[in-house]
Amino acid sequence: MNHKSSKYIISMLCFGLAFLYIPIFLLIFYSFNHSKIVPLWGGFSTRWYTKLFESPEVWEAVMLSLKIALVNATFATLLGTLAGLAMVRFGRFKGRTLFSGMISAPLVMPEVITGISLLLMFITLSDFIGWPSERGFTTITIAHITFSMAYVAVIIQSRLTGMNESIEDAARDLGAKPFRVLMDITLPLLAPGMLAGWLLAFTLSLDDLVIASFVTGPGSNTLPILIYSRIKLGLRPDINALATIIIMTVSLGVMLAAWIMWRQEKQQMKDRQMIQADEIKMNNH
Amino acid sequence: MLSDIQNSPSFLQRFSRKLQAKWKSVVVAIPFFWLLLFFLIPFVIVFKISLAESLIASPPFSSLLTWGEEGALQIRILTENYAYLFEDDLYIRAYLNSVKVAFISTVLCLLIGYPMAYGIVRANPTRRKILLILIILPFWTSFLLRVYSWMGILADQGTLNNLLIGLGLIDEPIRMLYTQFAVYLGIVYSYLPFMILPLYANIEKLDWSLLEAAADLGAKPIATFLTVTLPMTIPGIIAGSLLVFIPATGEYVIPDLLGGGNSLMIGKVLYSEFNNNHDWPVASAVAIALLILLVLPMMLYQRYQSKQTQA
Repeated sequence: MNHKSSKYIISMLCFGLAFLYIPIFLLIFYSFNHSKIVPLWGGFSTRWYTKLFESPEVWEAVMLSLKIALVNATFATLLGTLAGLAMVRFGRFKGRTLFSGMISAPLVMPEVITGISLLLMFITLSDFIGWPSERGFTTITIAHITFSMAYVAVIIQSRLTGMNESIEDAARDLGAKPFRVLMDITLPLLAPGMLAGWLLAFTLSLDDLVIASFVTGPGSNTLPILIYSRIKLGLRPDINALATIIIMTVSLGVMLAAWIMWRQEKQQMKDRQMIQADEIKMNNH
Repeated sequence: MLSDIQNSPSFLQRFSRKLQAKWKSVVVAIPFFWLLLFFLIPFVIVFKISLAESLIASPPFSSLLTWGEEGALQIRILTENYAYLFEDDLYIRAYLNSVKVAFISTVLCLLIGYPMAYGIVRANPTRRKILLILIILPFWTSFLLRVYSWMGILADQGTLNNLLIGLGLIDEPIRMLYTQFAVYLGIVYSYLPFMILPLYANIEKLDWSLLEAAADLGAKPIATFLTVTLPMTIPGIIAGSLLVFIPATGEYVIPDLLGGGNSLMIGKVLYSEFNNNHDWPVASAVAIALLILLVLPMMLYQRYQSKQTQA
């Protein structure tokens, strides 16, 4: 395979990346603007950052969003891993078609539909059994788990199909019970996939506006709901500051994760080369 | 006696099979019932409410089951809400406009995303990794904030207008925010990574020797692309297009923030019918109608998805 691409391909790549990143850079740039009017440069200042941290509303929203994201990511990873295992390793079972449909539909379902149906579900439930008595943390978390677990299941499914089954077969041949094979072989091999799923579920939850605004109750504002209520009326420099903090945190996290994976890969390559070198040496002796 | 039973392979096999079967059904049952309760049953409830009558009460809709005068259970089903969707042309216009906007945005994403995915596959391994991270990164950062970033660019006093005026290309700011143009831009911008990633996965698996063979046999690059590359990447094109088209049809945030009052999209109609007009039955009917509209593309996506994970 050659690594030369035509000028057209390279210029499209550059154009596409510029398209993706220029708005983000501008957003960060204007967060350091002293002027109150966002696109009018009034000198460098960090006053919007100080203003942001003075607002108790923002802190409350951040804490609520983080709490939901943590619980959601944990449960979504558990449920999504079970679902992925069922889809890939269990062959045929009753209701498999329905199950696979329910697992992949949340990925593409428009958020307004998911939001309205979950809200009506919660209202009906509370009419019949009195639960949930109020909407907020619990209802948002349940809603988030429902769509996040679908994403986790997709990641787990692709890891499982890419995984070499021979180790599991070997353990089974040596007499390990299926449950032990799962605990001792499959799950440890799946751990990186589960971590990736956990992180994705965490960020999906932090990012969701539409579904949360349907199923939330009075007084429970997640961070996206708070941001939305402020930018609905126009540009706000303090939101630029908040955006900068969020984007920086996420970017650092993603780059760190990518770097760790990269290093692991390099280490594996090195190990393989060393083994090969050893083998050559042994053959020569 | 006991050792006899234990040594008998058929007993052991049967026992382990039984255990395996039970254990497996627990693994399936937990996510299955979760999705049944919080994904499937909610749709049944939405469907039920879409057949009810709107009332000024709490909850604001009539019950389908009522006790008649003689104590007989009566079922009242109204299809008026659905008829209403056809009577008021607002809904049909919103549906058609949503499909149009989603379709054009999907095509634009494909036109920009395809060469990008191709370029990433052809880059050397180190560059390829960096490029992939650059494509995935916006997907991890806040969707809402990325839409917001365009508000600053497109506003009347925004970056783009200031730039154009500064360059002397225009004298007065062009209205870009709160237009249909802004909605297209926002959707293409937000959904581009969803198009690139499935395309990348598909193009990466291409058999490059076929392309070389075509070139050796004298095919021009464009001919090779049209007859070899394009047909082989159709699965990626379909997957990417559905991942953009389906959610874009029901999009709410982008038309609301960037389109303002000038954009008529079904997601926005649904949201305001429910939250501003408090007409739950009509909102439910809109949701069911949108679901019916999207059920075919969704099934197509599901088929692709299960094929992909089984392959």
